[in-house]
Amino acid sequence: MNPRTIVIHPGSRRKTIYLITLFVITLTGFAQMPIFKRYYIADIPGLGWLDEFYVTHYLHYLAAAVLLAVVFDGLAGYLLMFRKQYRIMISGRVRGVLLFCLALTGALMVVKNLSGYWLFSQQATIMMDILHIALTVFYLCAALWALVSGKKWIEKF
Amino acid sequence: MQTDISRRQFFKKGALAAAALAVSNVPQVRASERETDLQLATLIDVSRCIGCEACVDACKQSNDAKFPRPVKPFPKMVPARVKVEDWSEKKDVRNRLTPYNWLFIQRAVVQTDDGEKEITLPRRCMHCVNPPCVKLCPWGAAIQQINGISRMDPDLCLGGAKCKNVCPWKIPQRQTGAGLYLDILPSLAGNGVMNKCDRCYDRIAEGKNPACIEACPEQVQTIGPRREILKQAHELASSMNGFIYGETENGGTNSIYVSPVPFETLNQAIDKGQGKPSLKKVKDEMSEANTLAAALVIAPFAGLASAIGRYYKTVKKHASGGPS
Repeated sequence: MNPRTIVIHPGSRRKTIYLITLFVITLTGFAQMPIFKRYYIADIPGLGWLDEFYVTHYLHYLAAAVLLAVVFDGLAGYLLMFRKQYRIMISGRVRGVLLFCLALTGALMVVKNLSGYWLFSQQATIMMDILHIALTVFYLCAALWALVSGKKWIEKF
Repeated sequence: MQTDISRRQFFKKGALAAAALAVSNVPQVRASERETDLQLATLIDVSRCIGCEACVDACKQSNDAKFPRPVKPFPKMVPARVKVEDWSEKKDVRNRLTPYNWLFIQRAVVQTDDGEKEITLPRRCMHCVNPPCVKLCPWGAAIQQINGISRMDPDLCLGGAKCKNVCPWKIPQRQTGAGLYLDILPSLAGNGVMNKCDRCYDRIAEGKNPACIEACPEQVQTIGPRREILKQAHELASSMNGFIYGETENGGTNSIYVSPVPFETLNQAIDKGQGKPSLKKVKDEMSEANTLAAALVIAPFAGLASAIGRYYKTVKKHASGGPS
């Protein structure tokens, strides 16, 4: 039997992990700016860690690792098993491209943070910072648009 | 069903592995060979310092043009918890770090074999090999030059003070009422500019020594490639049976202090607090995050392995006539 003809529904557990990770990575990403204490959010019981820059930095990296694993798992799973039954929708393509760009700018910033790397000029660093934040905002807008209009990542042929 | 359990196990194991990486006892990362060759460091011979403050005067004079010129009245800060930090009327303060005093003399009275003795030492930015202030600035306003100097860009800094927060010595000092934030959302975002020693990067670019080094009548400080400075520091420490501070602190800095008195003793004797950095042992603040970078490299492969595992399990199940 050709495995590509098997009817399997893409897992919802992966989607749950993806959404939780997306929430954590967005929250810890915005926490890289000194805004949560200023605007009392870190004063909310249980959210004091949002003002701990090293903690949010580690969590951002951890969430990025989980997100990368989930995305690669989902993408490879789609190519191996669901390609013949599902097509990637425009909404999925837009979010996929934005995620790829976010991962790319994020990876460059991780390299920048390693000891002994002066690959990037100050201008390049600023561009990466702004681009990473802008891509996040675009991604959140695209996700909101998909949620409101019921657009999915993939749809059955 | 089998596939789901497998995935759950994968994520559980992945999360555990990542958490283990985060909390594991990561070895202290020390400056690499490459950094040792490229970065300039200063050797501070504490035994020579007489506390005359000639370096403080020279620093103030040399950097006067770089000091902030705040516009008053300051914008009303929203929310009100955001405190104005104004040192513009206290420019003469010289017993701590301020936006107008990037170097000060720290004093410690300690007991030695020769009786009670006052030790003095110049304190300023340590110029870390891998500076958290630069690496974690969310805006790119902090810069590290290839020669190891870290400095703030006063035209870009918004004064959020994250650099001070992540600095193990809390070196950068804020002045409200100056900088880019005044042109963006002065009440809602930012609060001035951060200021600290830039080790006279402009003088070094012209082939001169930093002002504090040039002005010192006792030749307390020496500047040179990090490797040479470390060699000199160890020779000096051996000759005086002394102690070194700054070589391994925060993963390595470019300010190497050599003292005849242990730094633990000095740390207990100095006045510490706002604008008065400690001499405590400092772990490498950036090392854990940089170790986590390895997880980012492994993660895509883990995802691929998970998908391929699911695929082969599905194929196997259907080949043996299992349900679809």
